[in-house]
Amino acid sequence: MLTGKAALVTGASRGIGREIALELARKGANVAVNYSGSKEKAEAVAEEIRAIGQESIVIQANVAEEDSVKAMVKETIDAFGSLDILVNNAGITRDNLLMRMKEEEFDAVIQTNLKGVFLCTKAVTRQMMKQRAGRIINVASIVGVSGNPGQANYVAAKAGVIGLTKTAAKELAARNVLVNAVAPGFITTDMTDELTEDQKQAMQSMIPLGKPGKPEDVARVVRFLASEDSNYMTGQTLHIDGGMVM
Amino acid sequence: MADVFEQVKQIVIDRLDVDESKVTLEASFKEDLEADSLDVVELVMELEDQFDTEISDEDAEKIATVGDAVNYINSKQ
Repeated sequence: MLTGKAALVTGASRGIGREIALELARKGANVAVNYSGSKEKAEAVAEEIRAIGQESIVIQANVAEEDSVKAMVKETIDAFGSLDILVNNAGITRDNLLMRMKEEEFDAVIQTNLKGVFLCTKAVTRQMMKQRAGRIINVASIVGVSGNPGQANYVAAKAGVIGLTKTAAKELAARNVLVNAVAPGFITTDMTDELTEDQKQAMQSMIPLGKPGKPEDVARVVRFLASEDSNYMTGQTLHIDGGMVM
Repeated sequence: MADVFEQVKQIVIDRLDVDESKVTLEASFKEDLEADSLDVVELVMELEDQFDTEISDEDAEKIATVGDAVNYINSKQ
């Protein structure tokens, strides 16, 4: 389904990014696994991809720094000969109530979660425009649509990603580069493991499907957006949230 | 000079699908050749490939006419 396609997944050493990298590989893509700090975990993901039978490389890069992003994209193209799929997944949280949130906390999240998407998207457009084909899939968040107390920085960044998705979609559509986003809801990962039991209960009571999602649930939708099954979709944000926000 | 112009001209004709007679040194990509911003970005990318040179974003923004492109390439060679 993605046979021979070259993919780059940012923040792919764990959580949703890891699952996306593996899912793309299972469908035949060669995958560059980007990480920021978790080298060993990233290497383990690359090993799993090779065990599936696909090529994989591991690239350390901070997505908020343009030079390292450019180098990462070049390394991917040099390794695989093309770049067909970019998944902007890398993200961090620095939760705090708005009135307590420090400027550094706000800036750090905007840098990685929003500027990082801009830089990675910018860096791949040249290659994808030349190919006259490409898929960019941004991992936003359902809170970017609904808002969420304690996450002013994260929500602002994710809402920004949804806007960026629409603009990139319009700019690149004529070159057959399709840009879409997914907005995961409450997905069980390291990031959500930090929540208290009470917080988890409160989240679950708001989910019509009555349970948290799994990283695989997100990965399968990303795979759909990377495949020919979504040829006539661009600029969209798909909610993967058990019906939490409609 | 003439040679570079001929090469640039051919790229412009291929990319923008315009009539050869319209591609003069004075012709503006956007005004006279009906290119949009993305067309110009692609032209610049194509010029980089054909002439094996790097054109920075700052320089690329200054390329408005066919003559600008020819002069830029000549200055780099």
